[in-house]
Amino acid sequence: METNLTINGTEQRLDLDPRTTLLDALRHHLGLTGSKKGCDHGQCGACTVMVNGRRINACLTLVCMHDGDEVTTIEGLGQPGNLSPLQEAFVNEDGFQCGYCTPGQICSATAMLKEISDGWPSHVTDDLDGKAKLTAEEISERMSGNLCRCSAYPNIVEAIRKAAGENT
Amino acid sequence: MTEQFKMDAPATARRLDDMAQGLVGAPLDRPEGPLKVTGTATYANEWQVRGMVHGVMVRAPDNSGRVVLANCDAVEKMPGVLAVIQDDRLLRNPAQGTANKAPIQGPQHAAYLGQLIAVVVAEGFEQARHAAQSLQVQLENGEVMPVDPATAAVEPQEAKTLDQGDLDGAMKDAAFSVDVTYTTPSHSSSPMEPHASIASWQGDDLTLRGSYQMLKYNRNELSDALGIHPDRLRILSPYVGGGFGSKLGIAPEAVAAAIAAKKVGRPVSVALQRPQVYEATMRRSETTQRVRLAADAEGRLTGLGHDARVSNLPGETFAEPVLQASYFLYAGENRKMSMELARVHRLCAGSVRAPGEAVGVTVFEGAMDELAVQIGMDPVELRRRNIPEKDPESGKEFSSRRFLEALDSGAETFGWANRPGVKERREGEWLIGYGMASAARVNVLMESQARVTLTPEGRARVETDMTDIGTGTYAILGQIAGDMLGLPRDAVDVVLGDTTLPPASGSGGSWGAASSGTSVYLACEAIRKQLAERLEVDENDLTLKDGMATFDNQARSLSDILNGDQIAKLGHVLPGDTSEAVRQATFGAYFAEVAVHAASGETRVRRMHGTFAAGRILNAKTARSQCLGGMTFGIGIALTEEMAFDPRDGHVANHNLAEYHIPVNADVPQLTVDLLEERDDWANPLQAKGIGELGICGAAAAITNAIYNATGVRVRDYPATLDKVIAGM
Ligand code: FES
Ligand code: FES
Repeated sequence: METNLTINGTEQRLDLDPRTTLLDALRHHLGLTGSKKGCDHGQCGACTVMVNGRRINACLTLVCMHDGDEVTTIEGLGQPGNLSPLQEAFVNEDGFQCGYCTPGQICSATAMLKEISDGWPSHVTDDLDGKAKLTAEEISERMSGNLCRCSAYPNIVEAIRKAAGENT
Repeated sequence: MTEQFKMDAPATARRLDDMAQGLVGAPLDRPEGPLKVTGTATYANEWQVRGMVHGVMVRAPDNSGRVVLANCDAVEKMPGVLAVIQDDRLLRNPAQGTANKAPIQGPQHAAYLGQLIAVVVAEGFEQARHAAQSLQVQLENGEVMPVDPATAAVEPQEAKTLDQGDLDGAMKDAAFSVDVTYTTPSHSSSPMEPHASIASWQGDDLTLRGSYQMLKYNRNELSDALGIHPDRLRILSPYVGGGFGSKLGIAPEAVAAAIAAKKVGRPVSVALQRPQVYEATMRRSETTQRVRLAADAEGRLTGLGHDARVSNLPGETFAEPVLQASYFLYAGENRKMSMELARVHRLCAGSVRAPGEAVGVTVFEGAMDELAVQIGMDPVELRRRNIPEKDPESGKEFSSRRFLEALDSGAETFGWANRPGVKERREGEWLIGYGMASAARVNVLMESQARVTLTPEGRARVETDMTDIGTGTYAILGQIAGDMLGLPRDAVDVVLGDTTLPPASGSGGSWGAASSGTSVYLACEAIRKQLAERLEVDENDLTLKDGMATFDNQARSLSDILNGDQIAKLGHVLPGDTSEAVRQATFGAYFAEVAVHAASGETRVRRMHGTFAAGRILNAKTARSQCLGGMTFGIGIALTEEMAFDPRDGHVANHNLAEYHIPVNADVPQLTVDLLEERDDWANPLQAKGIGELGICGAAAAITNAIYNATGVRVRDYPATLDKVIAGM
């Protein structure tokens, strides 16, 4: 099935089995293995990418549903030697161990910070007016769709705080 | 060429204290970090292998009977399908850690529901998945098999039995005593990367790109399973997306990929689907544990008993070593320990992070808390009083042991002095409690080899088949080599995860860093000696720093000394007499503050602190991360993690990450960790001990003890989910 979409700024024309998920299109057909498959069921967040600026689980959506969309994967956020502030902070704070959940965490955090700056509240946000404060609790709540069995959570929270601090 | 060293006597030189480069111990970033954060580190199922096709495995739908693939012909004709394979060599279950040979093989008979009995190979992944789902598997002449460890036949484990003094008498005469039975459920390692292998043959030579923890053993296991010579087989595993024990031994997907690749004449990738990871890799055995404690009026233990029942599949010898730390953690003259293994048709039981202590110390520390409550004594004080002078069973000395300091320093850091009384503190709808527990884990040194090459340009290359499963191997091996050779960290390249490199200990049992680190240290020491020979100075008078050698008031660059040559040395460490001469273990203490909801019984961990002593810390940053990970596993054991087995057929009812509840970010507060300064000369020349598992060994008890402190409810049936807590409130 033919699908035209933009991935990390590059236009891609794909003609794949209609059952192909966005995640498998990236990993099996485009050589973009930065997005990880942890469960293939929308339960772990390892496959998180941004579609038109919003974070989604790439395993839960078929690539043929994304004709015309703009997809950003971890490869589009930075490269070794040219890390994004979040990527840099994850390295400095040891926001990972095995690294398998990490691209998903970073894509998720990138979109999450945008959600906060757009004024979206979460379950734990005290004040629904204005921007939520980047407390550990707020970050943990918003990042709980991204599992990390190595359990780098405290360091992930710290990395996000540091990176956001540099940005704002 | 080879610097071989057997650990027969304490290594008192402590050379790493004196190295001028100052890398070891420093909280340096992981060198592979930039690859991991950009998605460019290559995990098993990510190699771009030309012509690769996909295999998807198929499971047995029940736990007994002869396997019949009913519609094999029809499936073989489905679009894209290349083969449906039910080869005799497929594994019944993964190999245990360090097995070094194939586990039981044969897909003709089912032994547990979920056993992987065939692999379907197709051009495209979607085609293979559809065909695998379409394959109808029938089981003929199945019987009703035992699946419940409580009622199954048991085998006593004689080697684990201890009967010293008279525990029954001690219990009778005790001023205070506790006799309690706890249960812990099965746990799943649940690494985020599912088990996966890509097999490709070049003639009779096989390359397997897999996700494995112990490559030298895995190579022998896989070659044994396939019936080929180990020399024909190369395993590559440079990045492993978590293991936690589940990737210690060769697993069904590797054998399936190898057989399939041979059959279809193309490279084949086989990745387990997440439910298959739950159903067909390894579980930690559930346990039933009886703990008896007898104490005198001052809270000194006069006797202790620990009896456990665990389970495994028929034909597997592994029995969760629940009692491992009970033999030495506390004093008490009269001691009785026993274990029994129930035979059940559930998936294989094997190592899950800290086999033994993860649940054994946890339960024991719950019982100790019960004793402290009964005596009316501070639980920290009860532990302090019962630290044995020598190993209470063998009379051997301990090697380094900063247990007391960990208890005191942890209590101080946490603010234990502000501990509320039972059911005393309430904040709105939340009941607040503090709890603590001790940490203990045995320490082991394993045989390990590494080659270090000092190049003419004055760079070093470390090569070994050791793995980095998130543990920090890339970081620490570079730090050790950098210190010993006087090179900045970025002048050292570390190459891992390839069986063509010198065989290492592998990652498991917390022994990886110390064992493989020692092999690197030995190789570097040999290089230093050769440099010193060239300079005609005593090696001990040679100071190496930033690529310069300083001696006799002279300074010369390494590249100048090497003069176009390279020096390559192999370091080879073997465990020796020190393993038996003393009792070696790591110690620590956990402190937790919980809030339990007065209406629902839901528990939130508000704060948690750990203080640990594990010999020399090789990298303060990665060591701390290992402890954070262990403590979080503890949160899972305490509150949420439980494999649920169907009582009729023993299948895993919650075989996915939505229903097997590992802690998520919001479940984990900003944990704090202190690592005490320590050197263990008995352990190895680095004076370092294992830290990868210490953080989990008892951690859950700190939380459940805090729940008791908050609510007065003692949950003896892990995990302490809200239904169990509210039932007692
Ligand atoms: S792989 Fe998509 S959520 Fe787990
Ligand atoms: S870093 Fe290993 S799962 Fe997150």
